[in-house]
Amino acid sequence: MKLRIDSTRCQGYGECLPPAPGLIELDEWGYAQLLTVELTADQEPSARAAVDSCPNSALRLER
Amino acid sequence: MTVIHTPTPSGTPACVLGPTPDQVESLAAYRARGGYRADMAPEELLARVEAADLRGHGGAGFPTVVKLRAVRDGAGTAVVVANGEEGEPGSVKDRWLLRARPHLVLDGLTHAARITGADRAYVYLSDPAAAAAVRDALGACDPDPALRVEVVRTEPAYVAGEESAVVRRIDGGPALPTAKPPRPFERGVGGAPTLISNVETLARLALLASDAAATGTVLLTLSGGGLPAAVLTEAPYGVALARLAADHGVLPPSGVLMGGLFGGLLPPSALRLSLDRDLLARAGTGLGCGAIRFLAPDECPVSVAADAVDHLAVESSRQCGVCVSGTRALRDTLVALSEGRCDADGLAALSRWAQGLPGRGACGLLDAAARLAGSLLTGFPDLVDAHRSSPCPTCAATPPSGGHRLRVPVPVPVPVPVPARDPVPNAAATSVTAALPHSPAPACVG
Repeated sequence: MKLRIDSTRCQGYGECLPPAPGLIELDEWGYAQLLTVELTADQEPSARAAVDSCPNSALRLER
Repeated sequence: MTVIHTPTPSGTPACVLGPTPDQVESLAAYRARGGYRADMAPEELLARVEAADLRGHGGAGFPTVVKLRAVRDGAGTAVVVANGEEGEPGSVKDRWLLRARPHLVLDGLTHAARITGADRAYVYLSDPAAAAAVRDALGACDPDPALRVEVVRTEPAYVAGEESAVVRRIDGGPALPTAKPPRPFERGVGGAPTLISNVETLARLALLASDAAATGTVLLTLSGGGLPAAVLTEAPYGVALARLAADHGVLPPSGVLMGGLFGGLLPPSALRLSLDRDLLARAGTGLGCGAIRFLAPDECPVSVAADAVDHLAVESSRQCGVCVSGTRALRDTLVALSEGRCDADGLAALSRWAQGLPGRGACGLLDAAARLAGSLLTGFPDLVDAHRSSPCPTCAATPPSGGHRLRVPVPVPVPVPVPARDPVPNAAATSVTAALPHSPAPACVG
């Protein structure tokens, strides 16, 4: 699985950070920045939680 | 006024510029040169594209054969697009090509449609003169009765020629980039696999089909460097930048802006590099769309970097928050540097952004801005250091103006073939004086 971000949708709410601290960080302006794209199996649950947390659907998982 | 130089000292044919680049090529003239040939099997042409290693001339240099095959093999009936939207301020070759040799582009588009199985084709552009030339060409001849060709206009903008913006505009939306994937070859216009090809690339596809020399050269827009006028020319791959500069009368430059705004700002030592994709990539730069701006001997690279990034900050489509914030921060910090008020923290931030921002926007605009800043730091360390301690008088005299100094005017080919005259090696483009005579539409093929 891959974690993808649509930068045109990220509004910098920061909601994705708590569910997936090792996968995402916020840059100095508050926008989400992926730390990894290719997910291992044990990273998938937290990635999915991050996807679900975004109020603007900026994150998604891709097979 | 931009002048057209039909080189070349080494005798390399100017296959895309053609013998009369200051004129609009008529249907008769194009056919006399072997154009609109319909007896070329798509498979044979594809083999020629592969053997010649034809690459995209829009900027990325992607192998054309890979794109053609991917679109041909995609699910559904393909769509082909001639991309003539030239957003780089320092490039004129695409608009010149559409204005002067519209049949060459339409012929290439027709061949691309045959290879991919497309039944719909678009010519996408913003330049009104180019649009008129293409419409006149389509009025003079229907390239292929099985293919519907439509001209789609957009507003000129830096990002309007980016491939996902092209798809969005043709589908009726704004000419703004979208997140990838999917890429247009997978899902493009109306959801169909879509070939979006730069007009020079299509011109070379048509030349390959007509047995002409088609690769081995590249259209270039040269500007700055104390040149009295910008130059549109065609040069062979492999020529050294120093040789190119000398051949066209460029004064010893204080730096080189490569590949439009995508190849970074390089120090004078870059003149030893040659027009070679691999070599330029190894040097961390690239030819991009073939626009090379030499900095005049008395021009300050810091002020040019600030101005170029100012242009990108203005042209950001403001869809991605990181691009709005990133281009603004890069611009403000470079302006501070040009005004002698950038501290160590500012320089550290520039360095951090140069590393971390590329790849974060939906399109490449932010990458270009980051590369300009990064290349300034690595290529001109002493100059950057000097700017920290005291204001630069050259920078003060040339503050950022949205990249105004980077713009190059497009040559205006004359529409009616003039009687034979003595060849003029440095023929200046002249203004349009008359419209193309309208003629009934003969079939070009069959």
